[in-house]
Amino acid sequence: MQPILSVRGVSKTYASGHQALKSVDLDIAPGEIFALLGPNGAGKTTLISTICGLVTPSTGTIRVAGHDALRDFRAARRTIGLVPQELSTDAFETVLATVRFSRGLFGYARDDAYIERVLRDLSLWEKRDANIMELSGGMKRRVLIAKALAHEPRLLFLDEPSAGVDVSLRRDMWKLVHRLREGGTTIILTTHYIEEAEEMADRVGVINKGELLLVEEKTALMRKLGKREMVIALVEPMHSVPPDLSEWHLALEDDGHKLRYVFDAQAERTGIPSLLRKLADMGIGFKDLDTSKSSLEDIFVDLVADRSGAAA
Amino acid sequence: MNLLGAWAIYRFEMARFGRTLGQSVITPVITTALYFIVFGGAIGSRIDAIDGVSYGAFIVPGLVMLTLLTQSLSNASFGIYFPKFSGTIYEILSAPVSVIELLLGYVGAAATKSMLIGGIILVTSTFFVDLQIAHPAMMLAFLVLTSVAFSLFGFIIGIWAKGFEQLSLVPALVVTPLTFLGGAFYTIDMLPEPWRTVSLFNPVVYLVSGFRWSFFGQGDVAIGISLGATLGFLALCVGVVLWMFRTGYRLKP
Repeated sequence: MQPILSVRGVSKTYASGHQALKSVDLDIAPGEIFALLGPNGAGKTTLISTICGLVTPSTGTIRVAGHDALRDFRAARRTIGLVPQELSTDAFETVLATVRFSRGLFGYARDDAYIERVLRDLSLWEKRDANIMELSGGMKRRVLIAKALAHEPRLLFLDEPSAGVDVSLRRDMWKLVHRLREGGTTIILTTHYIEEAEEMADRVGVINKGELLLVEEKTALMRKLGKREMVIALVEPMHSVPPDLSEWHLALEDDGHKLRYVFDAQAERTGIPSLLRKLADMGIGFKDLDTSKSSLEDIFVDLVADRSGAAA
Repeated sequence: MNLLGAWAIYRFEMARFGRTLGQSVITPVITTALYFIVFGGAIGSRIDAIDGVSYGAFIVPGLVMLTLLTQSLSNASFGIYFPKFSGTIYEILSAPVSVIELLLGYVGAAATKSMLIGGIILVTSTFFVDLQIAHPAMMLAFLVLTSVAFSLFGFIIGIWAKGFEQLSLVPALVVTPLTFLGGAFYTIDMLPEPWRTVSLFNPVVYLVSGFRWSFFGQGDVAIGISLGATLGFLALCVGVVLWMFRTGYRLKP
Protein backbone atom coordinates (compact mmCIF):
# COMPACT_ATOMS: atom_id res chain seq x y z
CA MET A 1 0.00 0.00 0.00
CA GLN A 2 1.22 3.49 -0.82
CA PRO A 3 2.25 5.32 2.36
CA ILE A 4 0.22 8.42 3.18
CA LEU A 5 3.42 10.10 4.23
CA SER A 6 6.87 9.41 2.95
CA VAL A 7 9.88 11.31 4.28
CA ARG A 8 13.24 10.73 2.57
CA GLY A 9 16.56 12.11 3.73
CA VAL A 10 15.01 15.21 5.27
CA SER A 11 17.44 17.35 7.22
CA LYS A 12 17.19 20.84 8.59
CA THR A 13 19.96 23.18 9.59
CA TYR A 14 18.73 26.54 10.85
CA ALA A 15 20.41 29.79 9.91
CA SER A 16 22.00 29.82 13.37
CA GLY A 17 23.90 26.66 12.35
CA HIS A 18 21.87 24.46 14.69
CA GLN A 19 21.17 21.13 13.02
CA ALA A 20 17.66 20.21 14.14
CA LEU A 21 17.20 17.19 11.87
CA LYS A 22 19.82 14.79 10.54
CA SER A 23 18.57 12.97 7.44
CA VAL A 24 15.26 11.51 8.61
CA ASP A 25 13.53 8.68 6.70
CA LEU A 26 10.00 7.72 7.68
CA ASP A 27 6.99 6.04 6.07
CA ILE A 28 3.53 6.24 7.57
CA ALA A 29 0.82 3.81 6.45
CA PRO A 30 -2.73 5.06 5.92
CA GLY A 31 -4.91 4.66 8.98
CA GLU A 32 -2.21 4.14 11.57
CA ILE A 33 -1.52 6.10 14.72
CA PHE A 34 2.13 6.97 14.99
CA ALA A 35 3.73 8.46 18.07
CA LEU A 36 6.91 10.44 17.76
CA LEU A 37 8.62 10.26 21.08
CA GLY A 38 11.56 12.27 22.30
CA PRO A 39 12.80 14.69 24.92
CA ASN A 40 12.41 18.46 24.55
CA GLY A 41 14.50 19.83 21.73
CA ALA A 42 14.83 16.43 20.05
CA GLY A 43 13.47 17.69 16.72
CA LYS A 44 9.88 16.49 16.96
CA THR A 45 8.29 19.85 16.21
CA THR A 46 10.85 20.66 13.52
CA LEU A 47 10.02 17.41 11.74
CA ILE A 48 6.28 18.11 11.87
CA SER A 49 6.76 21.74 10.85
CA THR A 50 8.85 20.65 7.88
CA ILE A 51 6.15 18.23 6.71
CA CYS A 52 3.40 20.83 7.18
CA GLY A 53 5.23 23.61 5.33
CA LEU A 54 6.16 25.85 8.26
CA VAL A 55 9.86 25.12 7.89
CA THR A 56 11.76 24.72 4.63
CA PRO A 57 13.83 21.53 4.68
CA SER A 58 17.55 21.87 3.93
CA THR A 59 17.63 18.55 2.07
CA GLY A 60 15.34 15.66 1.26
CA THR A 61 11.88 15.10 -0.12
CA ILE A 62 8.47 14.77 1.50
CA ARG A 63 5.48 13.17 -0.20
CA VAL A 64 1.99 13.39 1.25
CA ALA A 65 -0.56 11.00 -0.28
CA GLY A 66 1.74 10.80 -3.30
CA HIS A 67 2.07 14.59 -3.73
CA ASP A 68 5.43 16.30 -3.38
CA ALA A 69 5.08 18.66 -0.41
CA LEU A 70 7.01 21.47 -2.12
CA ARG A 71 6.20 21.20 -5.83
CA ASP A 72 2.60 20.10 -5.38
CA PHE A 73 2.03 21.87 -2.08
CA ARG A 74 -1.66 22.62 -2.62
CA ALA A 75 -2.68 18.98 -3.01
CA ALA A 76 -0.31 17.88 -0.25
CA ARG A 77 -1.46 20.47 2.28
CA ARG A 78 -5.17 19.97 1.65
CA THR A 79 -4.63 16.45 3.02
CA ILE A 80 -3.01 17.64 6.26
CA GLY A 81 -4.48 18.99 9.47
CA LEU A 82 -2.15 20.46 12.09
CA VAL A 83 -2.84 21.04 15.77
CA PRO A 84 0.11 23.09 17.02
CA GLN A 85 1.70 22.81 20.41
CA GLU A 86 1.21 26.46 21.35
CA LEU A 87 -2.30 27.71 22.06
CA SER A 88 -2.20 30.15 19.16
CA THR A 89 -5.75 31.30 18.59
CA ASP A 90 -7.49 34.42 17.41
CA ALA A 91 -8.98 36.42 20.22
CA PHE A 92 -12.01 38.31 18.97
CA GLU A 93 -13.47 35.75 16.57
CA THR A 94 -16.21 33.38 17.62
CA VAL A 95 -15.56 29.64 17.72
CA LEU A 96 -17.84 29.00 14.76
CA ALA A 97 -16.28 31.79 12.67
CA THR A 98 -12.72 30.62 13.24
CA VAL A 99 -13.54 27.01 12.38
CA ARG A 100 -15.39 28.06 9.22
CA PHE A 101 -12.41 30.24 8.31
CA SER A 102 -10.10 27.24 8.54
CA ARG A 103 -12.31 25.21 6.21
CA GLY A 104 -12.39 28.01 3.63
CA LEU A 105 -8.66 28.66 3.95
CA PHE A 106 -7.98 25.08 2.92
CA GLY A 107 -10.16 25.53 -0.15
CA TYR A 108 -13.26 23.65 0.97
CA ALA A 109 -16.77 24.94 0.36
CA ARG A 110 -18.82 25.82 3.41
CA ASP A 111 -20.49 22.80 5.04
CA ASP A 112 -22.43 23.74 8.16
CA ALA A 113 -23.55 20.18 8.90
CA TYR A 114 -19.97 18.91 8.94
CA ILE A 115 -18.73 21.80 11.09
CA GLU A 116 -21.57 21.21 13.53
CA ARG A 117 -20.56 17.55 13.83
CA VAL A 118 -16.93 18.49 14.51
CA LEU A 119 -17.94 21.03 17.16
CA ARG A 120 -20.34 18.59 18.81
CA ASP A 121 -17.68 15.85 18.86
CA LEU A 122 -15.38 18.24 20.70
CA SER A 123 -18.10 19.49 23.08
CA LEU A 124 -17.74 22.95 21.55
CA TRP A 125 -21.20 23.33 20.04
CA GLU A 126 -22.61 25.13 23.08
CA LYS A 127 -19.69 27.55 22.89
CA ARG A 128 -19.94 28.20 19.15
CA ASP A 129 -20.90 31.87 19.55
CA ALA A 130 -18.40 32.62 22.31
CA ASN A 131 -15.36 34.76 21.63
CA ILE A 132 -12.26 32.59 21.71
CA MET A 133 -10.52 34.77 24.27
CA GLU A 134 -13.29 33.99 26.78
CA LEU A 135 -12.46 30.27 26.66
CA SER A 136 -10.29 28.32 29.06
CA GLY A 137 -6.99 26.82 27.93
CA GLY A 138 -8.55 23.39 27.53
CA MET A 139 -11.35 24.77 25.40
CA LYS A 140 -8.87 26.67 23.24
CA ARG A 141 -7.05 23.39 22.66
CA ARG A 142 -10.37 21.91 21.48
CA VAL A 143 -10.84 24.88 19.15
CA LEU A 144 -7.42 24.23 17.61
CA ILE A 145 -8.38 20.60 17.05
CA ALA A 146 -11.69 21.66 15.50
CA LYS A 147 -9.84 24.06 13.17
CA ALA A 148 -7.49 21.27 12.10
CA LEU A 149 -10.43 18.92 11.45
CA ALA A 150 -12.47 21.57 9.62
CA HIS A 151 -11.16 20.52 6.21
CA GLU A 152 -11.54 16.78 6.73
CA PRO A 153 -7.82 15.97 6.73
CA ARG A 154 -6.67 12.45 5.97
CA LEU A 155 -3.47 13.02 7.92
CA LEU A 156 -3.71 14.74 11.29
CA PHE A 157 -0.73 16.03 13.26
CA LEU A 158 -1.11 16.54 17.00
CA ASP A 159 1.94 18.32 18.37
CA GLU A 160 2.10 17.61 22.11
CA PRO A 161 -1.67 17.22 22.43
CA SER A 162 -1.65 16.90 26.21
CA ALA A 163 0.65 19.80 27.02
CA GLY A 164 -1.19 21.76 29.70
CA VAL A 165 -4.34 19.70 29.40
CA ASP A 166 -6.29 18.28 32.34
CA VAL A 167 -7.03 14.59 32.76
CA SER A 168 -10.60 14.71 31.47
CA LEU A 169 -9.65 16.51 28.28
CA ARG A 170 -6.77 14.10 27.78
CA ARG A 171 -9.17 11.15 28.05
CA ASP A 172 -11.59 12.90 25.66
CA MET A 173 -8.77 13.47 23.24
CA TRP A 174 -7.71 9.84 23.30
CA LYS A 175 -11.30 8.85 22.59
CA LEU A 176 -11.44 11.32 19.73
CA VAL A 177 -8.21 9.98 18.26
CA HIS A 178 -9.58 6.45 18.30
CA ARG A 179 -12.83 7.63 16.72
CA LEU A 180 -10.94 9.49 14.00
CA ARG A 181 -8.89 6.41 13.26
CA GLU A 182 -12.07 4.37 12.87
CA GLY A 183 -13.10 6.93 10.29
CA GLY A 184 -9.83 6.29 8.42
CA THR A 185 -7.77 9.30 9.53
CA THR A 186 -4.05 8.75 9.93
CA ILE A 187 -2.67 10.38 13.05
CA ILE A 188 0.85 11.42 13.94
CA LEU A 189 1.37 12.76 17.41
CA THR A 190 4.42 13.97 19.22
CA THR A 191 4.70 13.60 22.92
CA HIS A 192 7.14 13.26 25.71
CA TYR A 193 4.50 11.58 27.82
CA ILE A 194 5.19 7.92 27.26
CA GLU A 195 1.80 7.09 28.70
CA GLU A 196 0.22 8.82 25.76
CA ALA A 197 2.18 6.90 23.17
CA GLU A 198 1.51 3.67 25.02
CA GLU A 199 -2.20 4.40 25.17
CA MET A 200 -2.73 5.50 21.59
CA ALA A 201 -0.04 4.50 19.16
CA ASP A 202 0.27 1.55 16.82
CA ARG A 203 3.87 2.39 16.10
CA VAL A 204 6.41 4.43 17.97
CA GLY A 205 9.35 6.38 16.62
CA VAL A 206 12.01 7.57 19.03
CA ILE A 207 13.81 10.76 18.07
CA ASN A 208 16.69 12.41 19.86
CA LYS A 209 19.10 15.14 18.77
CA GLY A 210 17.51 15.25 15.32
CA GLU A 211 17.99 11.54 14.66
CA LEU A 212 15.24 8.99 14.36
CA LEU A 213 16.76 6.28 16.55
CA LEU A 214 14.18 3.59 15.91
CA VAL A 215 10.72 3.01 14.49
CA GLU A 216 8.87 -0.05 15.69
CA GLU A 217 5.44 -1.53 16.37
CA LYS A 218 4.60 -0.53 19.88
CA THR A 219 3.82 -4.10 20.97
CA ALA A 220 6.98 -5.46 19.34
CA LEU A 221 8.99 -2.76 21.04
CA MET A 222 7.48 -3.61 24.37
CA ARG A 223 8.09 -7.29 23.76
CA LYS A 224 11.64 -6.81 22.61
CA LEU A 225 12.72 -4.50 25.32
CA GLY A 226 10.09 -5.21 27.94
CA LYS A 227 11.35 -6.74 31.16
CA ARG A 228 9.37 -7.68 34.20
CA GLU A 229 10.59 -7.77 37.68
CA MET A 230 9.41 -9.19 40.94
CA VAL A 231 10.30 -7.84 44.35
CA ILE A 232 10.08 -10.23 47.27
CA ALA A 233 9.75 -8.65 50.71
CA LEU A 234 11.46 -10.94 53.23
CA VAL A 235 10.36 -11.66 56.78
CA GLU A 236 13.98 -11.90 57.98
CA PRO A 237 16.69 -9.77 56.36
CA MET A 238 19.60 -11.56 54.65
CA HIS A 239 23.31 -10.68 54.54
CA SER A 240 23.84 -12.19 51.12
CA VAL A 241 21.98 -14.16 48.51
CA PRO A 242 22.33 -17.89 49.32
CA PRO A 243 24.36 -19.82 46.69
CA ASP A 244 21.42 -22.17 46.19
CA LEU A 245 19.52 -19.29 44.61
CA SER A 246 22.30 -18.30 42.23
CA GLU A 247 20.54 -19.57 39.09
CA TRP A 248 17.93 -16.77 39.41
CA HIS A 249 20.54 -13.96 39.59
CA LEU A 250 18.78 -12.22 42.43
CA ALA A 251 19.73 -8.84 43.78
CA LEU A 252 19.54 -8.02 47.45
CA GLU A 253 18.12 -4.61 48.28
CA ASP A 254 16.89 -2.46 51.12
CA ASP A 255 19.54 -3.69 53.65
CA GLY A 256 18.70 -7.29 52.90
CA HIS A 257 14.96 -6.87 53.33
CA LYS A 258 14.09 -7.34 49.66
CA LEU A 259 15.05 -9.65 46.82
CA ARG A 260 14.69 -8.38 43.28
CA TYR A 261 14.22 -10.83 40.43
CA VAL A 262 14.30 -9.62 36.81
CA PHE A 263 12.82 -11.89 34.16
CA ASP A 264 11.75 -11.90 30.56
CA ALA A 265 8.01 -11.48 30.40
CA GLN A 266 7.80 -13.27 27.04
CA ALA A 267 9.82 -16.36 28.00
CA GLU A 268 8.21 -19.80 28.14
CA ARG A 269 9.31 -20.28 31.69
CA THR A 270 9.48 -17.26 33.91
CA GLY A 271 11.16 -19.16 36.71
CA ILE A 272 8.75 -17.76 39.26
CA PRO A 273 7.08 -20.98 40.48
CA SER A 274 10.42 -22.73 40.89
CA LEU A 275 11.90 -19.76 42.72
CA LEU A 276 8.98 -19.59 45.12
CA ARG A 277 9.18 -23.38 45.70
CA LYS A 278 12.88 -23.12 46.38
CA LEU A 279 12.35 -20.31 48.87
CA ALA A 280 9.75 -22.40 50.67
CA ASP A 281 12.08 -25.45 50.69
CA MET A 282 14.85 -23.34 52.18
CA GLY A 283 12.50 -22.00 54.81
CA ILE A 284 12.89 -18.40 53.71
CA GLY A 285 9.71 -16.57 54.65
CA PHE A 286 8.30 -13.65 52.63
CA LYS A 287 5.46 -11.34 53.41
CA ASP A 288 4.81 -9.64 50.07
CA LEU A 289 5.34 -10.03 46.33
CA ASP A 290 5.22 -7.24 43.82
CA THR A 291 5.64 -7.59 40.08
CA SER A 292 5.84 -4.77 37.56
CA LYS A 293 6.56 -4.45 33.86
CA SER A 294 8.86 -1.88 32.44
CA SER A 295 6.99 0.89 30.65
CA LEU A 296 7.87 2.59 27.40
CA GLU A 297 9.40 5.20 29.62
CA ASP A 298 12.06 2.82 30.93
CA ILE A 299 12.67 1.58 27.42
CA PHE A 300 13.01 5.10 26.18
CA VAL A 301 15.38 6.19 28.92
CA ASP A 302 17.52 3.10 28.30
CA LEU A 303 17.59 3.76 24.60
CA VAL A 304 18.52 7.42 24.80
CA ALA A 305 21.12 6.69 27.48
CA ASP A 306 22.59 3.83 25.40
CA ARG A 307 22.97 6.00 22.36
CA SER A 308 24.56 8.88 24.15
CA GLY A 309 26.82 6.38 25.95
CA ALA A 310 27.81 4.77 22.66
CA ALA A 311 28.45 8.12 21.07
CA ALA A 312 30.66 9.30 23.92
CA MET B 1 -5.44 28.62 -7.37
CA ASN B 2 -7.35 28.42 -4.10
CA LEU B 3 -9.93 31.19 -4.47
CA LEU B 4 -11.94 29.95 -1.50
CA GLY B 5 -8.81 30.33 0.62
CA ALA B 6 -8.23 33.90 -0.59
CA TRP B 7 -11.89 34.68 0.04
CA ALA B 8 -11.66 33.26 3.58
CA ILE B 9 -8.73 35.59 4.37
CA TYR B 10 -10.48 38.55 2.76
CA ARG B 11 -13.64 37.96 4.80
CA PHE B 12 -11.63 37.45 7.98
CA GLU B 13 -9.89 40.80 7.46
CA MET B 14 -13.10 42.61 6.54
CA ALA B 15 -14.74 41.20 9.69
CA ARG B 16 -11.81 42.55 11.69
CA PHE B 17 -12.37 46.00 10.16
CA GLY B 18 -16.08 45.64 10.80
CA ARG B 19 -15.45 45.23 14.51
CA THR B 20 -13.60 48.53 14.63
CA LEU B 21 -15.76 50.29 12.05
CA GLY B 22 -16.70 53.12 14.37
CA GLN B 23 -13.19 54.25 15.12
CA SER B 24 -11.81 53.52 11.66
CA VAL B 25 -14.41 55.68 9.95
CA ILE B 26 -15.06 58.34 12.54
CA THR B 27 -11.39 59.14 13.18
CA PRO B 28 -10.44 60.00 9.58
CA VAL B 29 -13.70 61.85 9.02
CA ILE B 30 -13.14 64.04 12.07
CA THR B 31 -9.49 64.62 11.18
CA THR B 32 -10.39 65.61 7.64
CA ALA B 33 -13.19 67.87 8.80
CA LEU B 34 -10.67 69.62 11.06
CA TYR B 35 -8.28 70.12 8.11
CA PHE B 36 -11.10 71.67 6.13
CA ILE B 37 -12.08 74.00 8.93
CA VAL B 38 -8.50 75.12 9.61
CA PHE B 39 -6.88 75.08 6.16
CA GLY B 40 -9.95 75.43 3.99
CA GLY B 41 -12.06 77.81 6.11
CA ALA B 42 -9.79 79.81 8.42
CA ILE B 43 -6.45 80.01 6.59
CA GLY B 44 -7.70 79.14 3.12
CA SER B 45 -9.95 82.21 2.94
CA ARG B 46 -6.79 84.37 3.04
CA ILE B 47 -4.95 82.32 0.42
CA ASP B 48 -5.39 83.15 -3.24
CA ALA B 49 -6.88 80.59 -5.54
CA ILE B 50 -4.19 78.30 -6.95
CA ASP B 51 -4.38 78.01 -10.72
CA GLY B 52 -7.99 79.07 -10.49
CA VAL B 53 -8.92 76.53 -7.85
CA SER B 54 -10.00 77.76 -4.41
CA TYR B 55 -7.60 76.64 -1.66
CA GLY B 56 -10.32 74.65 0.11
CA ALA B 57 -10.97 72.57 -3.01
CA PHE B 58 -7.26 72.44 -3.85
CA ILE B 59 -6.39 70.45 -0.72
CA VAL B 60 -9.17 67.84 -1.17
CA PRO B 61 -7.15 65.43 -3.38
CA GLY B 62 -4.16 65.75 -1.06
CA LEU B 63 -6.25 65.02 2.01
CA VAL B 64 -7.85 61.98 0.42
CA MET B 65 -4.38 60.74 -0.60
CA LEU B 66 -3.07 61.33 2.93
CA THR B 67 -5.83 59.14 4.33
CA LEU B 68 -5.40 56.46 1.67
CA LEU B 69 -1.68 56.16 2.39
CA THR B 70 -1.91 56.00 6.17
CA GLN B 71 -4.95 53.72 6.19
CA SER B 72 -3.50 51.31 3.61
CA LEU B 73 -0.22 51.10 5.48
CA SER B 74 -1.67 50.54 8.92
CA ASN B 75 -4.40 48.12 7.82
CA ALA B 76 -2.17 45.89 5.75
CA SER B 77 0.83 45.92 8.07
CA PHE B 78 -1.28 45.08 11.10
CA GLY B 79 -3.22 42.43 9.19
CA ILE B 80 -0.14 40.29 8.53
CA TYR B 81 1.88 41.31 11.58
CA PHE B 82 -0.74 40.31 14.14
CA PRO B 83 -0.92 36.61 13.13
CA LYS B 84 2.89 36.57 13.34
CA PHE B 85 2.70 38.10 16.81
CA SER B 86 -0.10 35.82 18.10
CA GLY B 87 1.24 32.68 16.43
CA THR B 88 -1.88 32.03 14.34
CA ILE B 89 0.29 32.45 11.24
CA TYR B 90 0.99 28.70 11.53
CA GLU B 91 -2.37 28.02 9.95
CA ILE B 92 -1.80 30.40 7.04
CA LEU B 93 1.65 28.95 6.36
CA SER B 94 0.41 25.36 6.47
CA ALA B 95 -2.61 26.08 4.26
CA PRO B 96 -2.76 25.35 0.53
CA VAL B 97 -2.36 29.02 -0.35
CA SER B 98 0.48 30.73 -2.17
CA VAL B 99 1.58 34.34 -2.13
CA ILE B 100 -1.13 35.14 -4.70
CA GLU B 101 -3.99 34.09 -2.43
CA LEU B 102 -2.37 35.84 0.53
CA LEU B 103 -2.11 39.09 -1.42
CA LEU B 104 -5.69 38.83 -2.69
CA GLY B 105 -6.85 38.27 0.88
CA TYR B 106 -4.72 40.59 2.99
CA VAL B 107 -3.83 43.34 0.52
CA GLY B 108 -7.24 43.16 -1.15
CA ALA B 109 -9.03 43.66 2.16
CA ALA B 110 -6.73 46.47 3.31
CA ALA B 111 -7.10 48.28 -0.03
CA THR B 112 -10.88 47.84 0.07
CA LYS B 113 -11.09 49.45 3.47
CA SER B 114 -8.84 52.34 2.42
CA MET B 115 -10.93 52.99 -0.66
CA LEU B 116 -14.12 52.96 1.41
CA ILE B 117 -12.67 55.51 3.81
CA GLY B 118 -11.23 57.55 0.92
CA GLY B 119 -14.72 57.65 -0.60
CA ILE B 120 -16.27 58.71 2.69
CA ILE B 121 -13.77 61.57 2.98
CA LEU B 122 -14.49 62.67 -0.54
CA VAL B 123 -18.17 62.79 0.29
CA THR B 124 -17.43 64.63 3.56
CA SER B 125 -15.43 67.24 1.66
CA THR B 126 -18.44 68.13 -0.48
CA PHE B 127 -20.05 69.52 2.67
CA PHE B 128 -17.24 72.07 2.93
CA VAL B 129 -16.27 72.91 -0.63
CA ASP B 130 -17.72 72.92 -4.09
CA LEU B 131 -16.06 70.03 -5.89
CA GLN B 132 -15.96 69.13 -9.56
CA ILE B 133 -14.24 65.99 -10.77
CA ALA B 134 -12.86 66.46 -14.26
CA HIS B 135 -11.74 62.89 -14.94
CA PRO B 136 -13.75 60.47 -12.74
CA ALA B 137 -12.31 57.31 -14.34
CA MET B 138 -8.75 58.48 -13.78
CA MET B 139 -9.61 59.51 -10.24
CA LEU B 140 -10.92 56.02 -9.55
CA ALA B 141 -7.83 54.48 -11.12
CA PHE B 142 -5.55 56.53 -8.83
CA LEU B 143 -7.70 55.66 -5.83
CA VAL B 144 -7.37 51.94 -6.57
CA LEU B 145 -3.69 51.99 -7.58
CA THR B 146 -2.62 54.00 -4.54
CA SER B 147 -4.61 51.86 -2.13
CA VAL B 148 -3.20 48.66 -3.58
CA ALA B 149 0.37 49.95 -3.80
CA PHE B 150 0.47 51.22 -0.22
CA SER B 151 -1.35 48.17 1.10
CA LEU B 152 1.42 46.10 -0.51
CA PHE B 153 3.98 48.39 1.13
CA GLY B 154 2.19 47.88 4.46
CA PHE B 155 2.18 44.11 3.92
CA ILE B 156 5.96 44.27 3.45
CA ILE B 157 6.37 46.28 6.65
CA GLY B 158 4.16 43.80 8.51
CA ILE B 159 6.34 40.89 7.45
CA TRP B 160 9.54 42.80 8.16
CA ALA B 161 8.53 44.13 11.60
CA LYS B 162 9.76 42.21 14.61
CA GLY B 163 7.77 44.25 17.11
CA PHE B 164 5.03 46.82 17.45
CA GLU B 165 7.65 49.55 17.61
CA GLN B 166 9.00 48.73 14.17
CA LEU B 167 5.45 48.48 12.92
CA SER B 168 4.84 52.15 13.64
CA LEU B 169 8.40 53.26 12.83
CA VAL B 170 8.16 53.34 9.06
CA PRO B 171 4.81 55.15 8.92
CA ALA B 172 5.97 57.72 11.47
CA LEU B 173 9.52 58.32 10.22
CA VAL B 174 9.12 57.91 6.49
CA VAL B 175 5.57 58.07 5.30
CA THR B 176 4.20 60.99 7.30
CA PRO B 177 7.06 63.34 6.29
CA LEU B 178 6.85 62.23 2.68
CA THR B 179 3.13 62.87 2.68
CA PHE B 180 3.35 66.34 4.19
CA LEU B 181 6.17 67.24 1.81
CA GLY B 182 4.32 65.60 -1.08
CA GLY B 183 2.32 68.62 -2.09
CA ALA B 184 -0.93 67.84 -0.31
CA PHE B 185 -1.24 71.46 0.86
CA TYR B 186 0.70 73.29 -1.86
CA THR B 187 2.00 72.89 -5.38
CA ILE B 188 5.67 72.13 -5.56
CA ASP B 189 6.06 75.22 -7.77
CA MET B 190 5.56 77.21 -4.57
CA LEU B 191 8.72 75.68 -3.07
CA PRO B 192 12.09 77.46 -3.43
CA GLU B 193 15.02 75.59 -4.96
CA PRO B 194 16.61 73.19 -4.04
CA TRP B 195 13.46 71.85 -2.30
CA ARG B 196 11.58 71.87 -5.53
CA THR B 197 14.07 69.48 -7.13
CA VAL B 198 14.35 67.39 -3.97
CA SER B 199 10.58 66.97 -4.02
CA LEU B 200 10.78 65.24 -7.38
CA PHE B 201 12.37 62.28 -5.59
CA ASN B 202 9.35 61.98 -3.32
CA PRO B 203 6.99 59.33 -4.73
CA VAL B 204 4.02 60.86 -2.95
CA VAL B 205 4.37 64.00 -5.12
CA TYR B 206 3.41 61.94 -8.16
CA LEU B 207 0.43 60.34 -6.42
CA VAL B 208 -0.97 63.66 -5.20
CA SER B 209 -0.24 65.39 -8.48
CA GLY B 210 -1.93 62.69 -10.53
CA PHE B 211 -4.89 62.58 -8.20
CA ARG B 212 -5.23 66.36 -8.33
CA TRP B 213 -5.04 66.26 -12.11
CA SER B 214 -8.04 63.90 -12.18
CA PHE B 215 -10.00 66.52 -10.23
CA PHE B 216 -8.93 69.81 -11.79
CA GLY B 217 -7.23 68.82 -15.01
CA GLN B 218 -3.87 70.14 -13.80
CA GLY B 219 -1.05 68.83 -11.62
CA ASP B 220 2.58 69.44 -10.71
CA VAL B 221 3.84 66.89 -13.21
CA ALA B 222 2.34 65.43 -16.36
CA ILE B 223 -0.36 62.84 -15.77
CA GLY B 224 1.58 60.19 -17.70
CA ILE B 225 4.57 60.60 -15.40
CA SER B 226 2.32 60.39 -12.34
CA LEU B 227 0.72 57.23 -13.58
CA GLY B 228 4.08 55.72 -14.51
CA ALA B 229 5.59 56.51 -11.10
CA THR B 230 2.58 54.98 -9.32
CA LEU B 231 2.73 51.82 -11.41
CA GLY B 232 6.49 51.67 -10.86
CA PHE B 233 6.06 51.82 -7.08
CA LEU B 234 3.40 49.10 -7.30
CA ALA B 235 5.72 46.89 -9.33
CA LEU B 236 8.56 47.46 -6.88
CA CYS B 237 6.36 46.39 -3.96
CA VAL B 238 5.18 43.27 -5.82
CA GLY B 239 8.81 42.42 -6.52
CA VAL B 240 9.79 42.74 -2.86
CA VAL B 241 6.82 40.62 -1.73
CA LEU B 242 7.67 37.88 -4.24
CA TRP B 243 11.28 37.88 -3.06
CA MET B 244 10.13 37.65 0.57
CA PHE B 245 8.00 34.60 -0.15
CA ARG B 246 10.58 32.90 -2.31
CA THR B 247 13.19 33.15 0.43
CA GLY B 248 10.76 32.69 3.33
CA TYR B 249 12.02 36.01 4.73
CA ARG B 250 10.96 36.32 8.40
CA LEU B 251 8.11 33.90 7.81
CA LYS B 252 9.68 30.48 7.32
CA PRO B 253 12.97 29.40 8.82
